[in-house]
Amino acid sequence: MTRAGPIIVVLLAIVAIWYAAAIGLNAPWQNDVYRRGDMVDVPFTQFVQDTWNQEKPVLPTAHQVFGELWNSTALVAPNKPRSLIFHAWVTFSATALGFVMGSLLGVGLAVLIVHNEAMNRSLMPWIVASQTIPILALAPLIVVIGFNIFTGTMGIPTDPARLMSKAIISAYLSFFPVAVGMVKGLRSPEAIQLDLMHTYNASPSQTFWKLRWPAAMPFLFASLKVGVAASLVGAIVGELPTGAVAGLGARLLAGSYYSQTVQIWAALFAASILAALLVIAVGVVERLVNRSMGARPA
Amino acid sequence: MALIAAWLFAWLFVERLSKTLAPGLGDNAGLGLLIPIAFGVTILVVWEVVTRAGNVPQVILPPPSMIWARITASVPTLLADFQQTFLKAVLIGYALGCGLGFVVAILIDRSPFLKSGLLPLGNFVSALPIVGVAPIMVMWFGFDWPSKAAVVVIMTFFPMLVNTVAGLNASSAIERDLMRTYAAGYWQTLMKLRLPAAGPFIFNALKINSTLALIGAIVAEFFGTPIVGMGFRISTEVGRMNVDMVWAEIAVAAVAGSVFYGVIVLIERGVTFWHPSVRGA
Repeated sequence: MTRAGPIIVVLLAIVAIWYAAAIGLNAPWQNDVYRRGDMVDVPFTQFVQDTWNQEKPVLPTAHQVFGELWNSTALVAPNKPRSLIFHAWVTFSATALGFVMGSLLGVGLAVLIVHNEAMNRSLMPWIVASQTIPILALAPLIVVIGFNIFTGTMGIPTDPARLMSKAIISAYLSFFPVAVGMVKGLRSPEAIQLDLMHTYNASPSQTFWKLRWPAAMPFLFASLKVGVAASLVGAIVGELPTGAVAGLGARLLAGSYYSQTVQIWAALFAASILAALLVIAVGVVERLVNRSMGARPA
Repeated sequence: MALIAAWLFAWLFVERLSKTLAPGLGDNAGLGLLIPIAFGVTILVVWEVVTRAGNVPQVILPPPSMIWARITASVPTLLADFQQTFLKAVLIGYALGCGLGFVVAILIDRSPFLKSGLLPLGNFVSALPIVGVAPIMVMWFGFDWPSKAAVVVIMTFFPMLVNTVAGLNASSAIERDLMRTYAAGYWQTLMKLRLPAAGPFIFNALKINSTLALIGAIVAEFFGTPIVGMGFRISTEVGRMNVDMVWAEIAVAAVAGSVFYGVIVLIERGVTFWHPSVRGA
């Protein structure tokens, strides 16, 4: 409780500020409504209530956002395009696929870099340089082109092709933190430990599996958490180009076209909840792996 | 065939160079730069050869020479986009976001209660897809650069906050005790000990934010812009299949991002010259 107390207080403060800000930001529109309706001397309580319950508010209130979340998750069948669960699933599947590809690539690159000096000197600067390319800016291009290649030359049906082209962006975003973290992690054993392996006459592969790999675990999971968040951003941005018809990113864009503010906020919250769940899932796996490897809780 | 030979040759070259460099010459900046540059040139050559020889459609991947031709041909457009996106949205948003994060960190540092309440939230928000607030910001601040700057502010604020708070706790108890023995007040301790000690953390956030800011501004422009800006250009030219223009814009963004990052690294070296990672210890 001692740890949760301050967080709850801060959260309540944020909600209070949120409602106060909603009055201020939605007031101009509300005053217009009153003026058009020739309503004078509206009691203040009703004015506040009205600002909190507008159709297309500048700033929707918490109960509107969560109401929309509830309406579009619990009250709609999850296979309908009106359902946020449906959109979240589309985004999640691209995120998960890209995250798995990116993580494997990142770990593979890290192993190469740690074991080969030429690789280290030539690849490392480029891994860093690869991140200077604003891949998110390229997302529309990659999604459109990837989609065309997958459907055209490879003859993959549209839905998996759409998924793959979004997953590529996710993979690109998530491989970097994993590669850098794993290089750090695989190099984390100290000289004295490596020397011990040497004394045992351990082969490079034995050294890798018995010393480097276990030593890199904490680094791996720290970077996986960063990577999974990056994957989600990649999948969402990958859904922005026209042609994306489903997914949280598409919901955001549709809401922004039709200024459905409540819908935008609901999609945003859904994305945040998804991000939290993904990070928590990585944390759970980390705990399981630690337990099975016999790590003591630090 | 020739391609594989070239690749192998480059590989051997790098291998040799690494071998000669490995014993001790690692700090020699000129030689240290040579390898990645050689590698980069190789990649460009391979890219050019593959796209030309393999008859890769230009829509998918134009050769570097064509991209370069496009860059030189449309300097005014690129410059206008660069001004709109980088000089306005990115730099202003970056300065505001980092500045605010820094100030708020110093404010909540005095209150353990606020720290324990805000920090977990800050860490949590760092994992959220903040780019999604772009449509909301466009509604609040209009189509022009202020809405993009607002997205950048929100994106850069939290990493700065979390890192600065962590950095303010980086000085060890014995150092703080020394300040107490000098009868130094809160502000003196802050200025002379805790802020300098937080330097590496603060610069870490500044570096992370430099890339976040650029990407945030470009993506925010996908949600509605005036008819200028890097994100606007990219999304419209993709629609018109002028892929060379898209790549030209990407090249500008990559160079701008790298230079931005490099400048911050240089400032960091000047400011935190005492830190082991800078001293090369």
